[in-house]
Amino acid sequence: MHFEYKVIEGDFVNAGIASSSVKKTLKQLNIPPAIIKRVVVALYEAEVNAIAHACGGTVTADIDSDKIRLVVADKGPGIPDIDLAMQEGYSTARPEVRDMGFGAGMGLPNIKNNVDKLNVQSTVGVGTTVEMEVNFN
Amino acid sequence: MTVKEIAELLEAKIVCGTEEQLTEDIKTAFASDLMSDVLTLKQTPLLLTGLCNVQTIRTCEMAGLEIIIFVRKKKATEEMIELAQDNDMVLIESDFSMFKACGLLYANDIKPLF
Ligand SMILES: Nc1ncnc2c1ncn2[C@@H]1O[C@H](COP(=O)(O)OP(=O)(O)OP(=O)(O)O)[C@@H](O)[C@H]1O
Ligand SMILES: [Mg+2]
Repeated sequence: MHFEYKVIEGDFVNAGIASSSVKKTLKQLNIPPAIIKRVVVALYEAEVNAIAHACGGTVTADIDSDKIRLVVADKGPGIPDIDLAMQEGYSTARPEVRDMGFGAGMGLPNIKNNVDKLNVQSTVGVGTTVEMEVNFN
Repeated sequence: MTVKEIAELLEAKIVCGTEEQLTEDIKTAFASDLMSDVLTLKQTPLLLTGLCNVQTIRTCEMAGLEIIIFVRKKKATEEMIELAQDNDMVLIESDFSMFKACGLLYANDIKPLF
């Protein structure tokens, strides 16, 4: 199954629309709740990042019988030092983002903790692509 | 303690939730205004927070948190209530400060996660 979503820029209210839809689909497929939680937490963190640090982007979800593959891509400013960004506590979040309860520098490390495979690719001035995979068993 | 008893203890208003959810027995809780924190939780059904916006509901939906208690006189908007109901969540509003609400729950044997 293949799904595509847009993460619309600027408005935080849009963060979570893709995650919510993926959650409902996985529930219908009877995927165990603990695995669904890992998938949607990781996807939600990436969605929030696309709004908080870039100008929105796209989410694609591919569901196979044994795993889900998620790609969150944006055309934002990019990440100059990915290793640094992956460190817990590192954040460049704007005050508006912090006012929404985000910006603790915990998102990328939390994604890593929840997925089986993670690949972050980023080019400054071009954009960022976060690829994630979670196995169903 | 049940969700209903917790609401009484906090002199709080139950905004939405089913009878079955309100009689659920609660043993642990977590309190934070930081959604980044909430997303790293392993499991607990109940969150106390002073952050009152649609993203609070979304975050709890993803983190699998069923019950949200808003403290410091924060009030849920129509949009928040709708999203909470769509996702079978309980919303409760208390005028108490975060410290008072947490203190009362702790004194009544609700345990922290860590
Ligand atoms: N899509 C992105 N585009 C540009 N920069 C990004 C992107 N995602 C992450 N970053 C950079 O990496 C940093 C760390 O991201 P991470 O998700 O770990 O923390 P955060 O978003 O700042 O806070 P939190 O996730 O705890 O709310 C960000 O502050 C930002 O500088
Ligand atoms: Mg983040």
